[in-house]
Amino acid sequence: MTDHGETTRKGGEIRNFGTQTYKVVGTRPIRHDGTDKVTGRAVYGGDIRLPGMLYGQILRSPHAHARIQRIDTSRAEALPGVHAVVTAADLPDTTGGRIDLGEGHADTKYMRDNILAGDKVLYRGHAVAGVAAVSLHVAEEALALIDVDYELLEPVIDVETAMKDSAPLLHEGLTTTELNEDTGRKSNIAMHIRHEMGDVQQAFAGAAHVAEAEIRTATVHQGYIEPQNGTASWSEDGQLTIWTSTQGSFTAQKQLATILDIPVSKVRVIPQEIGGGFGGKIPVYVEPVAALLSRKTAHPVKIIMTRADVFESTGPTPGSYVRVKMATDASGKLVASEAHIALEAGAFPGAEIGAAAMCVFSCYDIPHAVVDGYDVVVNKPKSAPYRAPGATQVTWPVEKVMDDLARQLGKDPVAFRLDNAAAEGTRRVDGIVYPRIGGRECLEVARDSDHYQSELSGPYRGRGMAIGYWFNIGLKSAVTASVNADGTVHLVEGSTDIGGTRTSVAMQFAETLGLDAADIYPSVGDTSAIGYTDVTGGSRVTYATGWAAYEAAEDVKRQMIERAAILWESSADQVEYSDGVFKTRDGSKSADFKQLAQKLEDTGGPVVGRATVHPDTGVGGSFAVNIVDVEVDPDTGKVDILRFTVIQDAGKAIHPSYVEGQMQGGSVQGIGWALNEEYAYTEEGRMANSTFLDYRMPTSLDLPMIETIIVEVPNPGHPYGVRGVGEASIAPPPAAVAAAVENATGTQLNVLPLRPDRIINAMEDSIPAAAG
Amino acid sequence: MRDFEYTAPSTLREAVKLLSEKGEAARVLAGGTDLIVQLRARRFQPERVVDVKNIPEVNELSVSPRKGLRIGAAVPCHRIYADEGVKEQFAGLTDASMIIGGIQIQGRASLGGNLCNASPSADSIPALIAYGAEAEVIGPDGKRKIAVEDFCTGPGSNALKPGEMLVAIRMPLPKNNSGGHYLRFIPRNEMDIAVVGAGAFVELGGRSKTRVFKSARIALAAVAPTPLLVAEAGASLEGQPVTEETIAAAAAIAQEAARPISDMRGPAEYRRHLVGVLTKRALIGAVKRANGEFVPNAVQSNGHPVYQLS
Repeated sequence: MTDHGETTRKGGEIRNFGTQTYKVVGTRPIRHDGTDKVTGRAVYGGDIRLPGMLYGQILRSPHAHARIQRIDTSRAEALPGVHAVVTAADLPDTTGGRIDLGEGHADTKYMRDNILAGDKVLYRGHAVAGVAAVSLHVAEEALALIDVDYELLEPVIDVETAMKDSAPLLHEGLTTTELNEDTGRKSNIAMHIRHEMGDVQQAFAGAAHVAEAEIRTATVHQGYIEPQNGTASWSEDGQLTIWTSTQGSFTAQKQLATILDIPVSKVRVIPQEIGGGFGGKIPVYVEPVAALLSRKTAHPVKIIMTRADVFESTGPTPGSYVRVKMATDASGKLVASEAHIALEAGAFPGAEIGAAAMCVFSCYDIPHAVVDGYDVVVNKPKSAPYRAPGATQVTWPVEKVMDDLARQLGKDPVAFRLDNAAAEGTRRVDGIVYPRIGGRECLEVARDSDHYQSELSGPYRGRGMAIGYWFNIGLKSAVTASVNADGTVHLVEGSTDIGGTRTSVAMQFAETLGLDAADIYPSVGDTSAIGYTDVTGGSRVTYATGWAAYEAAEDVKRQMIERAAILWESSADQVEYSDGVFKTRDGSKSADFKQLAQKLEDTGGPVVGRATVHPDTGVGGSFAVNIVDVEVDPDTGKVDILRFTVIQDAGKAIHPSYVEGQMQGGSVQGIGWALNEEYAYTEEGRMANSTFLDYRMPTSLDLPMIETIIVEVPNPGHPYGVRGVGEASIAPPPAAVAAAVENATGTQLNVLPLRPDRIINAMEDSIPAAAG
Repeated sequence: MRDFEYTAPSTLREAVKLLSEKGEAARVLAGGTDLIVQLRARRFQPERVVDVKNIPEVNELSVSPRKGLRIGAAVPCHRIYADEGVKEQFAGLTDASMIIGGIQIQGRASLGGNLCNASPSADSIPALIAYGAEAEVIGPDGKRKIAVEDFCTGPGSNALKPGEMLVAIRMPLPKNNSGGHYLRFIPRNEMDIAVVGAGAFVELGGRSKTRVFKSARIALAAVAPTPLLVAEAGASLEGQPVTEETIAAAAAIAQEAARPISDMRGPAEYRRHLVGVLTKRALIGAVKRANGEFVPNAVQSNGHPVYQLS
């Protein structure tokens, strides 16, 4: 077996724009949790077995939109082996405000209604009742014995229909909040926001070149492998313990406390290993139902979703309708832009419209701009964050318009973008003024790359490129570090690990103390074992929790220096620490970290370092550029990706392999979104493809090796220059793939996914009518 | 899933008895790649499952000059596409059996099961129809034969009566100068269900420069309630020279015969378009094989075969 430490794994190219070289940071050690993942020893939520545990199942609505007239659970309760049935009547009905989930927020009433439907079901798959029984099969049989009378209502399944005055309303009480003021107008439009800068009308009037695009994108799912799961044990003294797969144990704790109306201190969330999240595992779904069932039965209760449940009942990303118009002066400088963005929130308000509005024009320096954003409810599952939520939907329309303007100007698409790239000091339409950013460097690296410089020839082949952005978030993190007698360190952090962050956090700790990554044993603490830590989202963990690890290491260093001073009967200011060795300034005494660690018992007992951080400013955003070559079968419309390169600014890549993994993962999800993924709906509003067979995510046979180039433009707002890298890579792929397909076929496309039938139709439409 | 009685008889007679006793409430299990999924989805709630894999006759795979090819109903795909005789003589069946599910599925899934499951989009059925295959069936009233094109009666339903089971699928050995090909369209390169599938078998006559069709059979998947034999498209080629034009004419007849629906796998109009494309490609592939040329299938070409008459 290989020990932790340096490996020779070959990585992609890294282009450095001023970052430092370090001992641990920037290397590629084996991940701390790798062996257990490979051998199957790692424990996931589905593995939980507790004494006396019951199995829960959830009855879900077969209808997209209906009023619940009556629920009769008596026949189910009478079935032998059934311990309890719960419905919305078992939820508290306190009125509450909103809670912040880090990436996204939620209204208490809507949160409860999404856990178990109140008076209405608002999407097919909406939970109606929960059953706990001695086995999964008995619980499943009991579901069939729950009688629900529905009054069917007309479903609304797309954003454009939902916005019409004539559309059936999902929520009687929902009124539009217009530019922060409640209009009192009943509507499916929950919110209208606007950002405005300069004089847009006048700028368009004086422009030399103008281009527009109108784009529709389908509802798509994160597609994580592991379904949502939750096991609840509600003890007689009122303590609720939850084992679950979550992107934030404290975020889950906060939601559970709010939904169940109990203090956060009464909820302990023990996060398990996660089989993928991508934003979808921020909200809770089955956990509160398991908790209610546990309280009612006095047994632990476990619930696991099926794949169909995951598709139909957890949050996909919004379908969208977006219009963008942009203009340049005669020299090719952008002068004006406007965007209309409407996102499908799903059954309850809360699409990431704010993020979409922040991202839409984020790549460019545009003096006059206006953005209107609409958060609209439709009869689909409540949308959840999905990797750079809102960014992908708005990147294609902007990039399509940019390509159109470049054509009008006769300029190379990359050169045209470079002429207009946002840089330090650029003011975005939402008011943010950029610190040092790496968008320009990413475009330059793309321009000079082997891929972009290569020739592409052959019939029905085409190339596209695009750039996208994600702003990243900071928020709060806590880390504690206990020095062991053998000189290793146990590091506990609160960020659940969905991308190798235990290792990337431990590496920053090791770097700061001059230790090896293998000397650090990182683990994710539950809500009773570590200080409050925000959600794993917004690409924040390597940045913020890594920063906390840096501070905790500095704390350990200070304490160890004090111990050395005690040992050497010196004073702390006479001891220095470098390259893993403590020394008196006069050089008479020295000890390395391990030697000193052995002496802790004699110098005052254990050393525990700790730190909490809450970086608000200085969170570095990240840009990603794609270059894509495709070939289209002109007879069938099938698209093959021949070559795909992703270039992304990582600030400083702590573990380059994980950065490349994020870049490749985001690219693949973006390719799926571009080509074939979509929720297919029947006229009645039922999802017709809630299986991995018919929800067509790309397989390994559909993709070339995704080539990566890491760009390092250090983030001045982080000790090691880190920028979060988890999300930006999903923003540009649909734009780049669509541009390549348009280039290959001579067509114009404006609906995602770029299904083969749509490409065939576009090719038939674009054939010039025969003469005569 | 409800509990059920599991039985595993070792003779056909015993199996027929177990099936007859329960009638509609009994289901046959071979590889289980359809049945187990359907049980879990509660599409069937049988009282008895009859596992036929212990019965010798349904596990036999043989190719002989006199009797042709006989595929026991439970023979899994991987045995079919690994068989030298099948590879050499029935390349169109290899095409189909290599793309049913993934590698793990092919270790269990049988062509017999694919046929009995009677999905309109089943990949093996158009290939079997093109080769003129027959289903050998046994039941309380003894044995009978059913042409494969008559076996499926609707989506998920077949011509088997209560108590009957499929024993084997058999087809004659192809004559010289003949070839078969099956292909499907999926938007991905693997692990998908046919949006449209097309199988063709041709027997050629004439000299190498002036080939003519002596006979042709064309069958389609996923464009009708059952896999569809388009006899008139095959008939249109008889005695005709092998040209782009005659092939295109046959493809146009196949398009006319198709009765596709729109669903999540593709709109009807697009499916009809694909029938034309795939029928041409299936015929060209079959012609090339009849001429002794190598035509890669979807797995061998990773979805990128070239379809041009040489």
